[in-house]
Amino acid sequence: MSTTTMTLAKAITAGLDAVLANDPKSLLIGEDIGRLGGVYRVTDGLIDTYGADRVIDSPLGEAGIIGTSIGMAIRGYSPIAEIQFDGFVFPAFNQITTQLAKMRARSEGRFGAPVVIRIPYGGGIGSIEHHSESPEALFAHTAGLRIMAPSNAHDAYWMIQQAAACQDPVIFFEPKRRYWLKGEVDTENPAADAFKAQVIRPGEDATIVTYGPLVPVALAAAEAAREDGRSVEVIDLRSVSPIDFDTITESVEKTGRLIVTHEAPTFGGIGGEIAARVAERAFLSLEAPVIRVGGFHMPYPVAKVEEQYLPDIDKVLEALDRSFAY
Amino acid sequence: MTNTVHEPSEQALIQLLTPEGERRSHAEYDSYIQDIDAEMLRGFYRDMALTRRFDQEATALQRQGQLALWVPLRGQEAAQIGSGRATRPNDYIFPTYREHGVALTRNVDFPQMLRIFRGISNGGWDPRENNFHMYTMVLAAQMPHATGYAMGVQRDQAGWDAERLEKDGTAVVAYFGDGSSTEGEVHESMVFAASFNSPVVFFCQNNQWAISVPFHVQSKVPLAERAAGYGFPGIRVDGNDVLAVLAVTRWALERARRGEGPVLIEAVTYRMSAHTTADDPTKYRMSADEEAWLERDPLLRLEKHLKDNQLADEVFFKQVAVDGDEMATRVREEALAFPDPSLAQSFANVYAEAHPLIQEELKWHLEYEAGFADTTEEGATR
Ligand SMILES: Cc1ncc(C[n+]2csc(CCOP(=O)(O)OP(=O)(O)O)c2C)c(N)n1
Ligand SMILES: [Mg+2]
Repeated sequence: MSTTTMTLAKAITAGLDAVLANDPKSLLIGEDIGRLGGVYRVTDGLIDTYGADRVIDSPLGEAGIIGTSIGMAIRGYSPIAEIQFDGFVFPAFNQITTQLAKMRARSEGRFGAPVVIRIPYGGGIGSIEHHSESPEALFAHTAGLRIMAPSNAHDAYWMIQQAAACQDPVIFFEPKRRYWLKGEVDTENPAADAFKAQVIRPGEDATIVTYGPLVPVALAAAEAAREDGRSVEVIDLRSVSPIDFDTITESVEKTGRLIVTHEAPTFGGIGGEIAARVAERAFLSLEAPVIRVGGFHMPYPVAKVEEQYLPDIDKVLEALDRSFAY
Repeated sequence: MTNTVHEPSEQALIQLLTPEGERRSHAEYDSYIQDIDAEMLRGFYRDMALTRRFDQEATALQRQGQLALWVPLRGQEAAQIGSGRATRPNDYIFPTYREHGVALTRNVDFPQMLRIFRGISNGGWDPRENNFHMYTMVLAAQMPHATGYAMGVQRDQAGWDAERLEKDGTAVVAYFGDGSSTEGEVHESMVFAASFNSPVVFFCQNNQWAISVPFHVQSKVPLAERAAGYGFPGIRVDGNDVLAVLAVTRWALERARRGEGPVLIEAVTYRMSAHTTADDPTKYRMSADEEAWLERDPLLRLEKHLKDNQLADEVFFKQVAVDGDEMATRVREEALAFPDPSLAQSFANVYAEAHPLIQEELKWHLEYEAGFADTTEEGATR
């Protein structure tokens, strides 16, 4: 086993490097991703290895980036596009939802557009407006798309490669506040199937389901709960669409209690979908209603108050208390 | 404003055939149609006449309740046949939803096109068979696809010398309308194409109308003039003149293939029919407007040219009419015989790879439908 310690960001860089090295039809496109290496340096250095034809500094236009990526895919290429920040994906929303997601259906299965869209997402970085959002539910609602969100370096390294290999379009949400989180990356033994959730901490009394930036929060909450004598299982979804309901159901059948947490607003979010599915599949196993811990129904707030907005350890613990008190 | 008559303007318009069917010479563009002999001219007439006949048949099918909707193209035959016939088989075409004439030049079988309008398919034909993409209903969404496709072509042709590019090079044509020209994706696709010098020809059929909104609401200047802002040539051509459209499109495609980058062509034409079979043009345009353009009917223009120059006889015109009727009969028969699609098939085409939610919902759907099997056999209705 050969493992290397890497930050989550560098693990994605290494994963992209592997994609570019192995698949001559793959290429990267986005704003500032070439010379600069991206505003988060995730594509740093790749232009030197693969040249400007495969690491494309695009003109500044998100609809153009995704639209031309779709065109290149129709021509037989496998573009990996970067959207600079979560809040700036919306100029491309039309291309993603009406075109990218539907290409396979519209061609009656003859071809699709296997484009990967990388988006640094989520808050907690003290930034200005539009730089801290979690728009995953908007895309999860659209059939034809797949959505991944890695939470650690090893997954990030492998999941970006799995996304690139996937014949369906994938939106790859990168938890930007965890970009500098270090982890062991085993570059020889692939991570589990990207569309399978993983039980990352086993427990008996309650389950927390989360993904992306809140995975460390959920783990810390589970650890804190242990001190109160509660054994809490944590599931890292990894894939936000499709959702691996089997793994969640199995856990809830064992624990009887479920907390779902994500940064995105609670209303209309992934947590609601999970709560409904669990109610359908494991109603009689539930000891308490499924509790969601998410963002409030407001535009992402200003940085000075974002800590109060974001789900954190205390909010998850409070939810656990409510669940156990039920 | 709705009562403005839109006089056909001949200003700075490339024209090789006058509305009276007279051949005008043009210093720059004559050389692009030197090979066009009488037989080819008759071929263009035939293409245009068959397209119009198809349009007529599809309109009738819609009126008879056999199509959900039809998008007529009458008046735009020269713009479509001229540009379509300028392409080579390996060029790739991104149409809007009105390019039935271009489809003919790409050998798309007419009946197949009706699958979209009969509610059977959202695609209709195999785009890769004839390098003619699916129709796109979201205005201008196909434009960046065309630029991206051309960027892919550039990568495939990297290192080719001039001779090979000229002989085997691929170019891309992106069709769009005057109304769609306002959409942001048109702008972005042109910026990207200019930046990367991509082999794409942006072909606008300015048919004067976007449903009920006249062209001057979209633009204060001829669209071709916008190309200057992107740094590539823009050219205005008489879109009802098949020869001029052919010449100009050939010029643009050759240029693109040589690696000289994009061109914007504005083909000035007129939508002689309603926007769709669901539209009522009497609510927004005057018949004087329509009559002014009747005199510029692209099919009549070529017919006059052929007749005045003894390039085709009555037998030819009769034969075209007979062939058109035969085609129309086949279109009707085949369209009415299309098997109905199944919703189960729709499940199959959402994703390429296995998807648990799709599997779960399909299973439920099939079980649910199977539950009705007995009752329907007994003659019960749902
Ligand atoms: C994004 C989008 N907005 C609105 C419509 C509805 N719509 C369909 S055709 C049309 C007018 C298009 O005009 P133009 O681009 O000039 O093309 P034409 O129909 O004249 O060929 C409109 C508004 C649409 N299909 N897509
Ligand atoms: Mg129009």
